[in-house]
Amino acid sequence: MTDTQKPVTDITTDYDIFAPDFIKNPYPGYTEIRESQCPIAHTERYEGSWLPTRYDDVVAIAQEYETFTSRQILVMPPAAGRSEGPYAAVGAPPITSDPPDHHWHRRLILPVFAPQAVAQYEPGTRDLCNALIDEFIDKGIADAASDYAQHIPVRVISKMLGVPLTMEDEFTDWVRGALENITDSERRMKSFRSIVEYFIGEVQSRAANPREDDFITQLMNTEVEGKKVPIEYVLGVCNLMLVAGIDTTWSAIGSCMWHMAQHPEHRKQLRENPDLWPTAIEELLRAYAPVTMARIVDHDIEFQGCPMKAGDRVLMAFPAANRDPRQFENPDEVILDRQNNRHVAFGSGIHRCAGSNLARLELRVALQTWLERIPEFELIDPSSVTWAGGQVHGPRKCMVKF
Amino acid sequence: MNMKVLLDYDSCHGHQMCAIAAPDVFGSDEIGNAKVLITGEIPVELHTKVRRAESNCPERAITIIE
Repeated sequence: MTDTQKPVTDITTDYDIFAPDFIKNPYPGYTEIRESQCPIAHTERYEGSWLPTRYDDVVAIAQEYETFTSRQILVMPPAAGRSEGPYAAVGAPPITSDPPDHHWHRRLILPVFAPQAVAQYEPGTRDLCNALIDEFIDKGIADAASDYAQHIPVRVISKMLGVPLTMEDEFTDWVRGALENITDSERRMKSFRSIVEYFIGEVQSRAANPREDDFITQLMNTEVEGKKVPIEYVLGVCNLMLVAGIDTTWSAIGSCMWHMAQHPEHRKQLRENPDLWPTAIEELLRAYAPVTMARIVDHDIEFQGCPMKAGDRVLMAFPAANRDPRQFENPDEVILDRQNNRHVAFGSGIHRCAGSNLARLELRVALQTWLERIPEFELIDPSSVTWAGGQVHGPRKCMVKF
Repeated sequence: MNMKVLLDYDSCHGHQMCAIAAPDVFGSDEIGNAKVLITGEIPVELHTKVRRAESNCPERAITIIE
């Protein structure tokens, strides 16, 4: 933990993605790096990493999957013990896969997340948003993060997986352990083990009693080249559904709620022009991209003058890329009808987020439902909003009144 | 003015931003990658939307031929 206690001297050579100010608001730091002589920063903290901040660099690295591999994808080195023991082979395919396995790992799950496939979750998502709002609408105050945003993706994913909604608190705790508190190696390992052991139980119960139309059963029955997929793949995809599908989308919903609470003109714009929603969602995703992923350098290479060594970690700061003025006009401004928006909130290249269409749906429905029921609201105290950051950026406490 | 679109299927990774910008011209195949719905001449009233689809594709997989 000492890495987080030393003050940062020079952000281009000593950045700390877990420094309290950076967690709260990383954008000034990204801008400082991006506009410096070293737009790809480096730090020795957390066993070292590189941080590209310009759009073109982030996209180029994302495209070069053979040089910048997905052997590890978190912004920190793996927790102690992660590469040993019975679950060492369980990853989060296809995010953690490299070609050639990446192709089938990804191909098998994509149909489930196509726009026409995720549309079936819209009515249920709307119902669950309404039910959450019912709980607090008469009180005149609510925590837009922990009373609302936090509960939406976990319930949608549970329904999709075919597991009981009563697991919500455990799933939330495990995902936070895996993604938010990642300087705590012991908690990370414990969360990972809990996830794998939970899904081993689910797989065993389905092996005994197969269910119809159930995502886990479908995964178990999938064949590749005449053979059932390995159990590590089934468990890995279930792991992915939790770690990639919950904290990320909840963070995006939370950030957008935080934004809307402070921008009555945007609430009005959406109310008067509902056709704007699809463009507005992309713009909000651009401005508040929640996720930073990592890549591991395969072999020594000089990239944009930076001497990268085999095994080095590169942080894919999609939130920084999305605010590069070389790519976006007035990048720090939210322009709901922005016309040119090649944002990379969901990444770029072969590892582009597989669940993006579901994430978009959840984000849109969560915002629409809130704005229909609670058209006017504001932050109670902007300074009391708390944030998670590093791997996934979004508010964790965000009190609003209405 | 005549307009057609070309999609590089190898570059498309299913961002679906073309379908968001121009839903009459771009859709989704069974894995969520882009599908061109109008393979011939694009009607004039859709040209602006098609230009937007092109300028929103993060993979630069769309080429407009005019």
